[in-house]
Amino acid sequence: MNEDKIEEIIGCHGTDKSKLITILQDVQAEYNWLPPDTLRHIAKRLQVPLIDVFGIATFYKSFSLEPRGKHLIRVCLGTACHVRGGPRILETAERILGIKADETTADYEFTVEGVNCLGCCALGPVMVVDKEYYGKLPPTKVEGILRKYGYTSTSSNNGGET
Amino acid sequence: MNRRKIKSLQDLENLRQEILVKRDPQKTRVSICAGTGCLALGARKVITSFKEELKKQGLEDTVEIRETGCPGFCEKGTIVVIYPEGIYYLQVQPGDVPEIVEKTLVEKKIAERLLYTDPVTNEKAIHEDEIPFYKNQMRLLIGDNIKIDPKNIEDYIALGGYSALAKVLSKMSPGEVIEEVKRANLRGRGGGGFPAGRKWETTRNAPGEPKYVIVNCDEGDPGAFMDRALMEGNPHSVIEGLIIGAYAIGSHEGFIYVREEYPLAVENTSIALEQAREYGLLGRDIMGSGFDFDVTIFRGAGAFVSGESSALMSSLEGKVGAPQPKYVHTSVKGLWNKPTNLNNVETWANVPLIINKGADWFTSIGTEGSKGAKIFSLVGKVNNTGLVEVPMGITLREIIYNIGGGVLANKKFKAVQTGGPSGGCIPESFIDTAVDFDELTKLGSMMGSGGMIVMDEDTCMVDVAKYFIDFLVDESCGRCVPCREGLERMSEILTDICEGRGTEGDIELLEELSEVMKDTSMCGLGRTAPNPVLTTIHYFREEYDAHIKEKKCPAHVCKALIEYYIDGEKCTGCLACLKACPEGAISGDKEKVHVITMEKCNRCGICYETCKFDAVIIK
Repeated sequence: MNEDKIEEIIGCHGTDKSKLITILQDVQAEYNWLPPDTLRHIAKRLQVPLIDVFGIATFYKSFSLEPRGKHLIRVCLGTACHVRGGPRILETAERILGIKADETTADYEFTVEGVNCLGCCALGPVMVVDKEYYGKLPPTKVEGILRKYGYTSTSSNNGGET
Repeated sequence: MNRRKIKSLQDLENLRQEILVKRDPQKTRVSICAGTGCLALGARKVITSFKEELKKQGLEDTVEIRETGCPGFCEKGTIVVIYPEGIYYLQVQPGDVPEIVEKTLVEKKIAERLLYTDPVTNEKAIHEDEIPFYKNQMRLLIGDNIKIDPKNIEDYIALGGYSALAKVLSKMSPGEVIEEVKRANLRGRGGGGFPAGRKWETTRNAPGEPKYVIVNCDEGDPGAFMDRALMEGNPHSVIEGLIIGAYAIGSHEGFIYVREEYPLAVENTSIALEQAREYGLLGRDIMGSGFDFDVTIFRGAGAFVSGESSALMSSLEGKVGAPQPKYVHTSVKGLWNKPTNLNNVETWANVPLIINKGADWFTSIGTEGSKGAKIFSLVGKVNNTGLVEVPMGITLREIIYNIGGGVLANKKFKAVQTGGPSGGCIPESFIDTAVDFDELTKLGSMMGSGGMIVMDEDTCMVDVAKYFIDFLVDESCGRCVPCREGLERMSEILTDICEGRGTEGDIELLEELSEVMKDTSMCGLGRTAPNPVLTTIHYFREEYDAHIKEKKCPAHVCKALIEYYIDGEKCTGCLACLKACPEGAISGDKEKVHVITMEKCNRCGICYETCKFDAVIIK
């Protein structure tokens, strides 16, 4: 843990208990996950029981207690995307990267998640890589997109299938 | 930036006139939608291309580019509108930009191929009000989006923005404001439908200081994105409504709770709040009235259930965003146990309209119990997907066919799902039902926040029920037993049915579980969770029977109940499916009929999509 960095984040928001979620969001943005020692540090500084910090870290979906990949792939599984083939986009991404939803490739390049609606419903099915949106997406285009983010057949867990 | 603070109604009017004088109405303006939908379709590149092309042609000073909010017709993005003529170009790609600049901006001609073309008559439409998708709507709120750069408060003020606030602060008492909103019978647009005026009054009269006001932009219903478009595209309309409400309630501190999946809404709202402060529209002594009020923006951290009012308030306090038992309403004891008034984005945005045009005007629109207009997110298997704003009381048929242009690819309409996971699926026999808070509830569904997902013959209704239950299993806070355990059991039963293990009595068990959950769950999530199951059983029981008794999925969706075959008469032996199959389940040689090995097939359907000769069939 880089204590200075955590202190800098706490410094931006103060130590009021109501700032806990906001502070964790910034830590998540900094590290891509919530390292356990940072949680202990924050609990002490905000004088919140550690169990409550973990309660929040596990309740909200944007937090991760395990390291995530460099690129976060979110496949929308909202209703509109569901009826237009969203689950098949997720399956395709899973198959290409050789991991299941909520898992990360062995080289920590990619994490895949199915999410419950990204609010781009008119363009379903939708996939978001980091901050880039891809709408009206056929399964056949998924691999090409992943390649733009550095996917090669060797970056996946299973040696990759094309 | 140091700006002149607005100190009175007259000050605001003077500023508006100054802005209008500064702006030549005849100046050519290119409005480009920069909402999340169009950005997903490449709007950023279109904007860059326009800037480059204008520079190339030496037109930077004579043509203004405005990056606007979402006008709603997402299906046809990127949307570009040329003013003052109002020429409406659809599906604009970066490559189309030189043609638009050359033809329309220089030669003042129309690029016909980029206009809306009626799919039946082939007629072209030049202006917004000629396009069927728009002309059948009543665009009271969302209509301004294409005219406004949400990052520039002057655009909102130029259209008369903040005049309702000025009117309230200079001419109306808090009691009069509440009375007006009550008379308008503005009901909560987030789905609850509770009269906003009454809620405001309760909060105002509740003992305890301070009082808080909250904008709920934790829009979690899958398939709905109205609030995103308003918050991103016209944040000042929501902020103005919020300030008016705060004045009426006697609150000096407000919060805007935005879900983290909407980064652009957070960005635009933050800018809007800052600009409002600069002009003295937020902060101390607003418009010289002596009224103090300010707003903090809060990013949600991703939890559907946190959109419920008491849960959202817990989340704002920095706690787990789970619903609390409501022995006392949040309007009496809410955030930090103080009286708190929470309304949805669209509810707040309606307030300035009501103040400016009056409750009588507002109540002249809509039905007996539901007044005004409502924005719906029309999505799924429909031709014109996007956001539609219509008067309450319009029928489902009018929305889906007159505005939505009917079902995608001429397939047969099966159902429309409204109300998100708390709502239900409405079959074709009720397509002439008027859409309002009360009518859809009578059908076992609800209007909800405005999601409207069209389903066609290729949608399996058992799969849809399973989809919603699985969604809720994921999103239930787990606090009360009926919701936590009931949903898990329902998911197991529905999974069994979809995977061919359904047995006689499953439907009755689902119904029994549903009744218990409705009666005994703690919050709205659990109490309404059975709706998708009950409506699909009620209206589409034969599909459940087919799954359970015949082990067949009539819509060919449930993987365990379907098999893929290649029609030997249609197969040309082109090798396309063979190469595409990720499992290596297809064998055959060039120009010879291919065969699928069932043991290897994982029913991913890629062969079905790849085949250009319709030779892959599902049984």
